[in-house]
Amino acid sequence: MRRGGSNTYRHGIHPAENKSETNGIPIRQFPFAPLLIIPLVQHIGNPSKPVVHEGQEVERGELLAEADGYLSVPVHAPASGKIRRIGRVPSISGNMVDGIYLETSHSSAQEIAEGIPVDPEKSTAEEILAAIQNAGIVGLGGAAFPTHAKLKIPDAKQCRTLIINGIECEPYLTTDHRVMLEQASDIYRGIRYLIKATGALDVVIGIEGNKLDAAEHLKRSIPGDLPVRIQVVPVKYPQGSEKMLITSLLGVEVPSGGLPIDVGVVVVNVATTAEIGRLLPFGRGIQERVVTITGPGIRKKGNYLIPIGTPLEFVLQELGEPDKIGQVYMGGPMMGVAVSDPNISIVKGTSGILVDTNSEPGVDREFPCIKCSWCVDACPIFLNPSKLGKLARNEQYELMANSYNLMDCFECGSCSFVCPSNIPLVQYFRIAKKAVRKSKAKVTGNA
Amino acid sequence: MRSKLLNISTSPHIRRGISTPDIMRNVVWALLPVVAFAVYAFGLDAFIVITTTTISCVITEHILCLSARKQTTIGDWSAVITGMLLGLTLPPLFPIWMAFIGGVVAIALGKFAFGGLGYNVFNPALVGRVVLQAAFPVAVTTWTAAFRPDRFSAVSAPVFTFPFMTPEVSGFTGATPLAAFKFDGVSTDAQELALGLVSGSAGETCSLLIAVCGIYLAVRKMMNWRIPISILLSVFLLSWLLRLFGGEDFPDPAFMLFSGGLMLGAVFMASDMVASPMTPIGVWVYGILIGTLVVVIRVWGGQPEGVMYAILLGNAVSPQIDRLIKPRVYGT
Repeated sequence: MRRGGSNTYRHGIHPAENKSETNGIPIRQFPFAPLLIIPLVQHIGNPSKPVVHEGQEVERGELLAEADGYLSVPVHAPASGKIRRIGRVPSISGNMVDGIYLETSHSSAQEIAEGIPVDPEKSTAEEILAAIQNAGIVGLGGAAFPTHAKLKIPDAKQCRTLIINGIECEPYLTTDHRVMLEQASDIYRGIRYLIKATGALDVVIGIEGNKLDAAEHLKRSIPGDLPVRIQVVPVKYPQGSEKMLITSLLGVEVPSGGLPIDVGVVVVNVATTAEIGRLLPFGRGIQERVVTITGPGIRKKGNYLIPIGTPLEFVLQELGEPDKIGQVYMGGPMMGVAVSDPNISIVKGTSGILVDTNSEPGVDREFPCIKCSWCVDACPIFLNPSKLGKLARNEQYELMANSYNLMDCFECGSCSFVCPSNIPLVQYFRIAKKAVRKSKAKVTGNA
Repeated sequence: MRSKLLNISTSPHIRRGISTPDIMRNVVWALLPVVAFAVYAFGLDAFIVITTTTISCVITEHILCLSARKQTTIGDWSAVITGMLLGLTLPPLFPIWMAFIGGVVAIALGKFAFGGLGYNVFNPALVGRVVLQAAFPVAVTTWTAAFRPDRFSAVSAPVFTFPFMTPEVSGFTGATPLAAFKFDGVSTDAQELALGLVSGSAGETCSLLIAVCGIYLAVRKMMNWRIPISILLSVFLLSWLLRLFGGEDFPDPAFMLFSGGLMLGAVFMASDMVASPMTPIGVWVYGILIGTLVVVIRVWGGQPEGVMYAILLGNAVSPQIDRLIKPRVYGT
């Protein structure tokens, strides 16, 4: 099925990588915060439903909230302790959401509760998908889409190739890099589950050229019985997006509006794969994740294994440079979100915390579009962001969607990155896409 | 701990860091050697004309911004480019009062009438040039020879002509190579043309130097290389075909390439980002259209030179080119 063989995709950008400050340091365990703030909406889909009550003592790894329907995942206790309150907690979106406040107990040994082990050889695909859902696993690359829902192959389709995404194209982030170096056996165990769940015939691990040590290490430890191939591709943003990665590795394009399975592919993030390989043999739920904590405002930069629900304020207390903390971003600098509240906590989708020293955002003066076409040359899906930006200013959202493929935009931000006139292109497109979805929903609602 | 986390902004939080004024400044840097050669070849005359148009453009931009109660935009350097380009397209002994009017027209009519930077349909410098051509047909076609011995000590009389007086042409007038070919059938050696040893507009004569400055901009990705390449390639191929099938009556392809304002127009004016198409295929269509028009006007038109009109026509259709030629979107 390999068509191009180019090992890359067209367009894209080359932001400064800034990974060297953290990629050489092994993952360290982060201490438990006295109070964990655990949102029940850490994934795309329905919020989880609490199964505990205020004042209840819970063990680490115990179920706190169950999945509400298929497109939902449960939440497990990141630490042993006492439920102080079930109520509203701040979230990265700026809204308050349902959540649980958990007081951690210092006396506890923090042993992890176990469930029913799942064996990749003896279980059916359905059993593995159920186990992945029960473990509360979502895409750890940042999208936080429930992994079991992504792995469910539609009846008419077939998964030929499983791609393990070890690209990590966001500047500053090195979590996947460290996971690949330190958790190879978990990754390969995870791949066994994924092969069984999807029926994939072969597996490709895609890694960018700035992580050759990880590629070498994984290559050396491939188990003899697994059909795995490591493919190193040139560094370029946004190669970590599924569409770009599939084109780089396999030379095919995912149809507009379609999913990777339409070309026989399923893509899973490498850290998610390792998590599956680590949790399923013990029937455990996800309690912590690796987060890159870096930036000029951080004293002890590195990758940390942090309990879910750890408030940002606690992280900054432990690692930050008190006088230097300016803006804080969750995720990478390209697609991450600026944090407005120090009580926002680490969730399953948090791949990085980037602490900048500047405290005056958005001072760059905006100039008119001069049609330099840098955005056209950057857009990985060949849109014309300049034209779309002009239409967005006139709120011609329908025209943008119908004639200029607005809905194909996945908001990588390459256009805004290169724009010499500092036009907030990707922000325009977020607003436009939301407006189009809203008006579509209205139409279907009336019909 | 009280942390200053209330400052938010939208992603991406990093930028490449090359701004629109940076691009404009680089174009100015790239034009400076061309200006230097113009002064070297034509002396004080060229210096005075180019300075006049540049000052005129900047002043006009500033005044128009103030009168519209907007923050002045002279800091984006685009008016400087327009002024320099306009000066470079004029004969070195062009009267400065006319040159000043050209600058006012370029900015007021060529740029502000359309909404300012980013909205102009035509290259503003060429709008100024075309109005001067219509208003002062004699002055615009009065040439002087390059490398006059006293060019650094004496200013030609026409430069300081009073408004509405007929410029008095002193000494001799040197016909441009294109005019010599058109009206007398005399071809100029391509090497002489490329090195800029001939008569012509102040900044158009040394094609080689202009090409080198263009390469600088193209390497820095501040000019779309496809535009000059497609124009030059189509001019060369078309005149080569004409020569092949039409015989010696048609100009030599190398002569076509290095004469007149072709190099200056292709490198610095047709490539005006605002007035040219955005997509790679659209740019090729635009370039080939301009190149073809240049050959057609030069060979069959009533005037010896057609670069200005060719580019203006290319500018006029570039919005349509962008509307009709859209790149294939990923996955479609």
